[in-house]
Amino acid sequence: MGSATSELPSHRTPLSDTAETGLKIVVVGGFGVGKTTLVRSVSEIRPLNTEEVMTQAGVGVDEPGGVTTKTTTTVAFDFGRISLDERMVLYLFGAPGQGRFWFLWDRLFSGTLGAVVLVDTRRMDDSWYAIDRLEHHRTPFVVAVNRFEDDTSRHSLDEIRQALALPGHVPLIDCDARLRRSGKNVLITLVDHLRALAMARETTP
Amino acid sequence: MTRGPVDTGAPDRLYLVTNGRSRADDSFDLVTLVVSECEPASGMQSEHARILDLCRRPTAVVEIAAELGLPITVVRILLGDLLATGRITARHPRAAESVASLPDSVLLQEVLHGLRNL
Repeated sequence: MGSATSELPSHRTPLSDTAETGLKIVVVGGFGVGKTTLVRSVSEIRPLNTEEVMTQAGVGVDEPGGVTTKTTTTVAFDFGRISLDERMVLYLFGAPGQGRFWFLWDRLFSGTLGAVVLVDTRRMDDSWYAIDRLEHHRTPFVVAVNRFEDDTSRHSLDEIRQALALPGHVPLIDCDARLRRSGKNVLITLVDHLRALAMARETTP
Repeated sequence: MTRGPVDTGAPDRLYLVTNGRSRADDSFDLVTLVVSECEPASGMQSEHARILDLCRRPTAVVEIAAELGLPITVVRILLGDLLATGRITARHPRAAESVASLPDSVLLQEVLHGLRNL
């Protein structure tokens, strides 16, 4: 979290010389929902942090007296990496689901395979906006509920689907973002869903 | 609406790094893999030299940005310089050619295979 810069190159794990195709998956969710935890649990490198600056004329900024000024904002996000085979490298981005981040979506995440919306049932409202924005950008996604131990409500997946007004065709699963096998299962669920969508598209003339 | 981890600042340093330029080379995706084609040389701008040093092995744009502690846009500008002078080559992602292009099922099957083998 935050915009701390990453560690020095001496700790790097380089990619294979044969790596040629980078792929992207984005994990979106509110603050503290476990995005970085999920990225860390499946990544082959310690998650790194980076940022993008955005200069825009007064977007989302309330200026007293109606004066529009040019402002520069910084959006920080972290990422991990999975070498899938000799050629393909999957980058997994943990991205803040709110506010100005979405102005940067096209610049940063065009060509993303798909997204995971990570949900904390104690703060379900945070997920609404992310789902709405992904639909707007036509990015296919799955929803994963990160089950926190101190969540006493234990809403069922059906209840959560209803609360999020999530269409039946969008996969919704439980996960524990701390566990590698659980994180891996979330990614497999997403890519399986993406493949089904692609196959449906390819067989429709 | 809740604000994310956003802060404001005056990034003067960034304009020094890029000689005042703020328009980046959009051909560099976050996951474009960059490979050095020459050694860093004395007299080079230090950021250019660091990129050439980092990219002896294929390195994604986003990793370069994280290692250099610079915003993505600034790194894209620096990479544009290096590409224009033939000092790097770029392996662009198949899946990111345009916003509308969606990955095909063959590629996704390969991704799935890779994930299952983790």
